[in-house]
Amino acid sequence: MAKLTDLTLKAAREGLAARNFSARELAEAHIKACEAARPLNAYMAETFDQARAMADGSDRRLKAGEGGLLEGIPLAIKDLFCTKGVLSTSSSKILKGFKPPYESTVTAKLWQAGAVMVGKTGMDEFAMGSSNMTSCYGAVTNPWRRKGDNKPLVPGGSSGGSAAAVAARTCLGATGTDTGGSIRQPAAFCGLVGLKPTYGRCSRWGIIAFASSLDQAGPLARDVHDTALLMRAMAGYDPKDSTSVDRPVPDYAAALNGRVKGLRIGVPKEYRVDGMPAEIEALWQKGIEWFKAAGAEIVDITLPHTKYALPTYYVIAPAECSSNLARYDGVRYGLREKGADLAELYSKTRAAGFGPEVRRRILIGTYVLSAGYYDAYYLKAQQVRTRIADDFRTGFERVDLVLTPTAPSPAFGIGEMMDDPVAMYLNDVFTVPASLAGLPAISVPAGLSADGLPLGLQLIGRPFDEETVLRAAGFMEEAAAFKAEPAWLGEGRA
Amino acid sequence: MSAIVEGRTGPFEMVIGLEVHAQVISKAKLFSGASTAFGAEPNTQVSFIDAGMPGMLPVINGLCVEQAVKTGLALNAQINLVSVFDRKNYFYPDLPLGYQISQFTKPIVGKGIVTIDLPDGSTKDIGITRLHLEMDAGKSIHDIRPDATHVDLNRAGVALMEIVSEPDIRTPEEAGAYVKKLRSLLRYIDTCDGNMDEGSMRCDVNVSVRRPGEGFGTRCEIKNVNSVRFVMRAIEYEAARQVGIIEAGGTIDQETRLFDSQKGETRPMRSKEEAHDYRYFPDPDLLPLRLDPAWVARIKAALPELPDARKERFVRDFGLSPYDASVLVAEKENAAFFETVAKGRDGKMAANWVMTELFGALNKKGLDVTRSPVKAEALGGLIDRIKDNTISGRIAKEVFEIMVETGRDADAIIEEKGLRQVTDTGAIEAEVDKVIAANADKVAQIRAGKEALKGWFVGQVMKATQGKANPAAVNQILDKKLKG
Amino acid sequence: MAIDRATVLKIARLARIEVRPEECDHLAKEISGILAWVEQLGEVDTRNVEPMTSVVAMELPRRADEVTDGNIRDAILANAPEVEGGFFVVPKVVE
Repeated sequence: MAKLTDLTLKAAREGLAARNFSARELAEAHIKACEAARPLNAYMAETFDQARAMADGSDRRLKAGEGGLLEGIPLAIKDLFCTKGVLSTSSSKILKGFKPPYESTVTAKLWQAGAVMVGKTGMDEFAMGSSNMTSCYGAVTNPWRRKGDNKPLVPGGSSGGSAAAVAARTCLGATGTDTGGSIRQPAAFCGLVGLKPTYGRCSRWGIIAFASSLDQAGPLARDVHDTALLMRAMAGYDPKDSTSVDRPVPDYAAALNGRVKGLRIGVPKEYRVDGMPAEIEALWQKGIEWFKAAGAEIVDITLPHTKYALPTYYVIAPAECSSNLARYDGVRYGLREKGADLAELYSKTRAAGFGPEVRRRILIGTYVLSAGYYDAYYLKAQQVRTRIADDFRTGFERVDLVLTPTAPSPAFGIGEMMDDPVAMYLNDVFTVPASLAGLPAISVPAGLSADGLPLGLQLIGRPFDEETVLRAAGFMEEAAAFKAEPAWLGEGRA
Repeated sequence: MSAIVEGRTGPFEMVIGLEVHAQVISKAKLFSGASTAFGAEPNTQVSFIDAGMPGMLPVINGLCVEQAVKTGLALNAQINLVSVFDRKNYFYPDLPLGYQISQFTKPIVGKGIVTIDLPDGSTKDIGITRLHLEMDAGKSIHDIRPDATHVDLNRAGVALMEIVSEPDIRTPEEAGAYVKKLRSLLRYIDTCDGNMDEGSMRCDVNVSVRRPGEGFGTRCEIKNVNSVRFVMRAIEYEAARQVGIIEAGGTIDQETRLFDSQKGETRPMRSKEEAHDYRYFPDPDLLPLRLDPAWVARIKAALPELPDARKERFVRDFGLSPYDASVLVAEKENAAFFETVAKGRDGKMAANWVMTELFGALNKKGLDVTRSPVKAEALGGLIDRIKDNTISGRIAKEVFEIMVETGRDADAIIEEKGLRQVTDTGAIEAEVDKVIAANADKVAQIRAGKEALKGWFVGQVMKATQGKANPAAVNQILDKKLKG
Repeated sequence: MAIDRATVLKIARLARIEVRPEECDHLAKEISGILAWVEQLGEVDTRNVEPMTSVVAMELPRRADEVTDGNIRDAILANAPEVEGGFFVVPKVVE
């Protein structure tokens, strides 16, 4: 039998159902992998005792023939999700020691479906970053290495810990959140599938907010089928979230029939950005060919406001975060620094608790909302956002899906790109537009860069059409036949 | 108090606008399921949302929306079918989210009108600028320990309606009448209990002064004034203060002030913030609030009769003076009581009895009309006995006093005490004859022209009959006999 | 728009984040750089364009007026740095 940690989620379900191994054995195998993977720093909190207890519960239910959709499946949870009694800090010093007395809706649904939590994963502080370098727990290392180069690479961000945890096979899947690409970009960097669902598909209740109008939870997994299974368990209406949409959750895995014949695939010319590496361009072309060969119709479309998506995002997200993060004031929970008076307590606590990137975004957000600048920055950005959403609406009159690269580069080295915030922001150039329009989008590993790093292609769909997105992603996965494995697995096994 | 402040250098006019925060009557808070009940142990009526815990989200209470719409309709105001909730960002320990969810550019209710009733019976229309829904803050307590402030979040998140008036108010009386009228309206429609001492209605008062005919002066805002009397006193003090400064050649700083009710003066808030910059923006956790016009129409159709309409009806149907009518309708319970008394009876007489005797008696006992020992039907019964000449007005007051003490019916008291009026002219004539016979000297004086003595004779006869003689009959008989 | 030290200090004060004097120039430069980059939005014609308030086309859901929460004081106070007599405690606030 293969190592339990090499199983996909789907295969593990089948194995559990057939009683080939117990949930406890599956959990122990992943706990061992977690321990071995500690050098990657993917987890900021390990919950092994909890995992064992949950697995034992799963075994009892499986024995009684009662297992849920994810019964006994070990998962990692991004530190942005509040988990009851378990450290939940969004990898920020300001939430030092915070153990929520409540469980987020999405994680509650996962536990309801029988999943087992092995730990919480590190992330860019408050989900602000594309490298996982801004975590208060230190950088997470990507299990992948460049060919012949041992330089540690970033796993992407902000769900970098989750991506590294899945890629290093310490769990069978993980939750992430995506505000401007925080699921898709790390998925691409770590050779995984990552799905950002339609805004409103997953409840945001209990997820520490970064930018409320953009934040959306989603799964990271080894393949499209596993992603579909996780998605089904995570999605659903939640009356506690006013932006949660009340519509049934389909059986996403059932939609994976591999058929793309007749699908109209849009290729937006504006995504051919200056300075895009030739290998990314080539991969994109390859993706187009796969679809064409399978009988899909390729349609050139235009999304004219694409180039304004990033600047729009970097007004709206900081504005919302400046307000969302006002609650971290040292009064009711988290870090409190001493001050001579209340004003000093606030300003010292927040200066000590927030890292440089978070501070920078709060300051920008405060500025763009302040008197005299609101119209020029915030209002303008929300107007441009309308135009970006309109671009997609018009585009989707002619196509069923939009195909683009996920990121403009493969994973970069830890410590690189840290000097110029704007250069770092450009990582999200392909992922941000779908976030602004609230559309479902998936990244699928589709090839390797010249130096042996995974590259992803992105499919963007119509609102709530995750089924078509996943179906085409499944096709693309098959066409790409991506079999490469991260260097870590070799080392880890050694 | 008048509209004009006489300064040393000539007259000034006051310009006053009010922002009233009225707590919405609802069981649960505006955005959470925690209770709104007054007076609970600290931090027991707090949900994770109210405490600003990470990841918590607001969901609006539908009843609070309905209450705001109802109030808007009662203010004759425009109901905005699309409104937006904004975040008002500022830091304060009793504001757990770091922002207040409020409505800024698109409030749920737009322009309206409140008609206030003035003591001389006249009315004045005060413009309403807007009404918006917002959440209340918690409570900071500064006197538990000298070095610390204690925070109780029970009130945090309770729904408030902020009702903003136009600067149409010119005198402290008008301001008082405005607050009273607003409270009356809110109580009529059950959207706010109006209890100012529990803080369910609080006023921010904007005051400025100007020379008559000039443009607006610089205003000061007096925060959180919590009674009608204090509103009036704060305005008086503040206007005089501003006139004093201007006359001394100074200028008014636009600032926020507090009213010290002990000293009867206003003073600047000590926490001199930099100019506030609240950075309002639409709350991304909430969507725009859209109202169905048919739903609004249904609420409108279901509104009870409001004070102005009732007042008009009382004037028309019962012949009351506008001022008396305005006093009677101010509290809906009083108005209902009066209507029961007045139904099928002399309205003016009913109004007199309710306003003078009943309110006087209740006042002495510290009771409101709902706990009156004299029920409306019983008071009506008493008036009936006056009208049918069973008793005189004077005896009726005696009967009423007994009713107040015992809660018994007028008829029972009249029978038991034998208070029926004597209308038998024979009996009265006999008494008159007795008095005349015993006082020949006084009779002579009257006949010599000292007419004023007649009253003394009436008094003697009434005394002899224990007040039961019909006064008209006594007069008539006396006139006849004394002339003779 | 290039922002200066004074502006950095002003927004830092609004955001209640202490900024040390030696950080001001660097922050001013960084924030100015980002704002300059953002200003390309000025190229977009947004006349008569409604600002987006929500990407989801749905009605704002409304709750029933029922008391469903509260009476969890211990959980509310559990993570607080300072608590006394059921209250959160902060340094003295002057009104």
